[in-house]
Amino acid sequence: MSTIPADALKLKEHEAHHAHHDADHKPGFFVRWFMSTNHKDIGTLYLIFAIVAGVIGGGISGIMRWELMHPGIQVLSHAWPIGAGSANFDEQLHHWNVLITAHGLIMVFFMVMPAMIGGFGNWFVPLMIGAPDMAFPRMNNISFWLLIPSFLLLLGSTMVPGGSGLGAGTGWTLYAPLSTSGSAGPAVDMAIFSLHLAGASSILGAINFITTIFNMRAPGMTLHKMPLFVWSILVTVFLLLLALPVLAGAITMLLTDRNFGTTFFDASGGGNVVLYQHLFWFFGHPEVYILILPGFGMVSQIVATFSRKPVFGYLGMAYAMVAIGVVGFVVWAHHMFTTGMNVNEKMYFTAATMIIAVPTGVKIFSWIATMWGGSISFETPMLWAIGFIFLFTVGGVTGVVLANGGVDNYMHDTYYVVAHFHYVLSLGAVFAIFGGFYYWFPKMSGKMYNELLGKIHFFLMFIGVNLVFFPQHFLGLQNMARRIPDYTPALAYWNKVSTIGYMVTVAGVAVFFVNLFWSLAAGKKAPNNPWGEGATTLEWTLSSPPPFHQYSTLPKID
Amino acid sequence: MGWAIALAAAGLTPAAAQAQAGSPATKATAAAPAAASASAPIVYGSVGHQIPNPKIGMPQPGAIGIEEQVTPIGHEAEHFHNVWLMFTITAISIFVLGLLLYVIVRYRRGAHPTPSRNTHNTMIEVVWTLVPVLILVSIAIPSIRLLRHQYTPPPADVTVKITGHQWYWSYEYPDLGVSFDSNILKEKGDPTLKPGDRYRTDNDGPPLLAADERMVLPAGKVVKFIITADDVIHSFSVPAFWTKLDANPGQLNETWAKIDADKTGVYFGQCSELCGARHGFMPINVEVVTPAQFQQWIVSKGGTLPGAKPAAAQASAAAAKPQPAQAADANAAKPAATNQAATAQN
Repeated sequence: MSTIPADALKLKEHEAHHAHHDADHKPGFFVRWFMSTNHKDIGTLYLIFAIVAGVIGGGISGIMRWELMHPGIQVLSHAWPIGAGSANFDEQLHHWNVLITAHGLIMVFFMVMPAMIGGFGNWFVPLMIGAPDMAFPRMNNISFWLLIPSFLLLLGSTMVPGGSGLGAGTGWTLYAPLSTSGSAGPAVDMAIFSLHLAGASSILGAINFITTIFNMRAPGMTLHKMPLFVWSILVTVFLLLLALPVLAGAITMLLTDRNFGTTFFDASGGGNVVLYQHLFWFFGHPEVYILILPGFGMVSQIVATFSRKPVFGYLGMAYAMVAIGVVGFVVWAHHMFTTGMNVNEKMYFTAATMIIAVPTGVKIFSWIATMWGGSISFETPMLWAIGFIFLFTVGGVTGVVLANGGVDNYMHDTYYVVAHFHYVLSLGAVFAIFGGFYYWFPKMSGKMYNELLGKIHFFLMFIGVNLVFFPQHFLGLQNMARRIPDYTPALAYWNKVSTIGYMVTVAGVAVFFVNLFWSLAAGKKAPNNPWGEGATTLEWTLSSPPPFHQYSTLPKID
Repeated sequence: MGWAIALAAAGLTPAAAQAQAGSPATKATAAAPAAASASAPIVYGSVGHQIPNPKIGMPQPGAIGIEEQVTPIGHEAEHFHNVWLMFTITAISIFVLGLLLYVIVRYRRGAHPTPSRNTHNTMIEVVWTLVPVLILVSIAIPSIRLLRHQYTPPPADVTVKITGHQWYWSYEYPDLGVSFDSNILKEKGDPTLKPGDRYRTDNDGPPLLAADERMVLPAGKVVKFIITADDVIHSFSVPAFWTKLDANPGQLNETWAKIDADKTGVYFGQCSELCGARHGFMPINVEVVTPAQFQQWIVSKGGTLPGAKPAAAQASAAAAKPQPAQAADANAAKPAATNQAATAQN
């Protein structure tokens, strides 16, 4: 532990050597934003990137909900900025597949992950553990800038041929052989390269976080004193480090199957189409915990802050996340219950999947126990956190239904699954992101957001997303298949309700942007700690916004 | 007999689409027999073209629950879901919601200005770990039992080999010498519909779910499904049977169903794994008829009834059955198909 101040000092000297200035000197615009080595600036870049990607990904879901509002094909026949519809019926339908693929990949790789890990992780892990910056500031920068070409490759892939039409129409899972022999043209190759770059970016980020958290904690900040948000990032980046190389391998095999004549996933050459699914979901299932664990961490901070109580069962909370991470690696095949597994596999994956409900339940109950006996105020971040707890519970219990391999013979690949994973991601991860954004906005910007607009945003979005996704359970039980652009008219009613919900959600997001820009321009100046005695983590001891380089004297934790 | 004409609908297969660039594996369309002898009318109500009951076997307008089940596995699974799973997850959700509302009201700052510092209670932590475990065990036991039942099929009476293609299904009764393709029926106003082509009517089924040819199965008999694909992955799904199994190219997946003896009717499903542009346009139609009607249908399709030697003693086989003897179309015997069946079952 004694080496930490020395390390920090060296970094400081290094900066001083280059800048010859005090801690709050900021470089010029180009150097500051395009060659950044500052964790807060890089975090800001990540957040801006995530917001842009979120608008694109959310806009795509708007096109999808618009198309699904009524039976028949109404919208796909128009030209869209991403890819283009045309008079050819198959190209229109292919365009639908491009939309679902882009929506999934953008939301997972370019919205939720950059916001949670790149954005909030970069901003607040160093602040919370009392570190002056991330361990590898330049690596931090390249892990952000790799995302830009990655995103451009994905967007570009929608404009080149991909089989029946323009763009990669394989779904975000890129199942072979649809993604190999089933998609001629460069679109899928571009999507694969996009994922390679995004994966490299995340692996670099993961290495950086692991090193930072293990080596750069302030004196006295033991692992068991770290804020739960830092714990959540630590577990998340370990999942990234272990899971992403498997994805990289799997999609590289796709690439060679497509271009170099290998037959990893082609039965006619001795390959196996299900092998790809095993590899993909060995990454894919930890990935869904990567998307939600930082949310767990943020909700823990928010609930404790606004209840004015320390988190109930801190160690249980931390190790519940570790348990979720570990068990998350041995349940992947529950995504594949209909691929024709044998009964023993199905029984094992059913049982193993259910076990995850136990540590998740511990977290839900611990949040409620944190509030129990507290003195709760309901500022906007707390509303998002409470919304998260309930909606994540709903998404969790439908997960228990889907965990049953026998039940999946009905539910698999229906809208029930769509509803389930949007409850845990769109209503879970996204609610946590908004909660974290409102919670830390004063710290990041130095301005207070507008409380009334924040609450309007929350309630519009709470109503909206529930209207979007709750009826999708009914559609799934009535067996509306996933990934179809048109449906039989009996399913029209709940589809229409779902689309109306999307409109309400968009209204909520519009309020968010009004609030964001208004607050940045004219918000009240934020004090160091706007949340009062409940906010006990280190970032609230700094000014708002924090100095360009913080902790030139390391804090000491008793 | 309308069946022969129905094959004409294979002509509806959008051949242009099949030959799409970028789908090297779609040559299979060539297999769709171009037996398009234009337009003899379908006789609705005949076996293979029964008029579906709109209350069963398809999505219901505005409905919120599981489709009516017609197999023993379906009944068991539906009961497990509707009674035990739904009860449990609803109770848990309401319990969590209740706790949240209670703490929101009871511990709001106005009512409870001084927070407690209580952060540990070993007893309650043990309880909220163990009680969920017990709830999960209570779910796992019937769940594992359901899996065991799904994987212990009785001996099969009829075997159907199902092949998914981009974008239609083909069905083959290897032991009975019957095979055909099944394509979606387009709507009347569809601009791609050629003059004289058959279009969907409500007697065929609901829009997007109706196909020109149906897989016909006998009620009360054990049916084995052998499922594969010849280009990309598809998924064979009949919700009313609680059946869904992927069609993987290069692999044979096997499952089964035994439709309740009193549940004759038409059951609709659709491809359930993204398979390219027309993924949403390859419906699955299963018509369940009495065993006697099934035999009649097999013969009408030019098949060989069990007990008869393929291609040889077809007429005598038909006569030996209690069925009124059908005109045996000797030209339809397909020994090749039978061989394939033997392979499939291995």
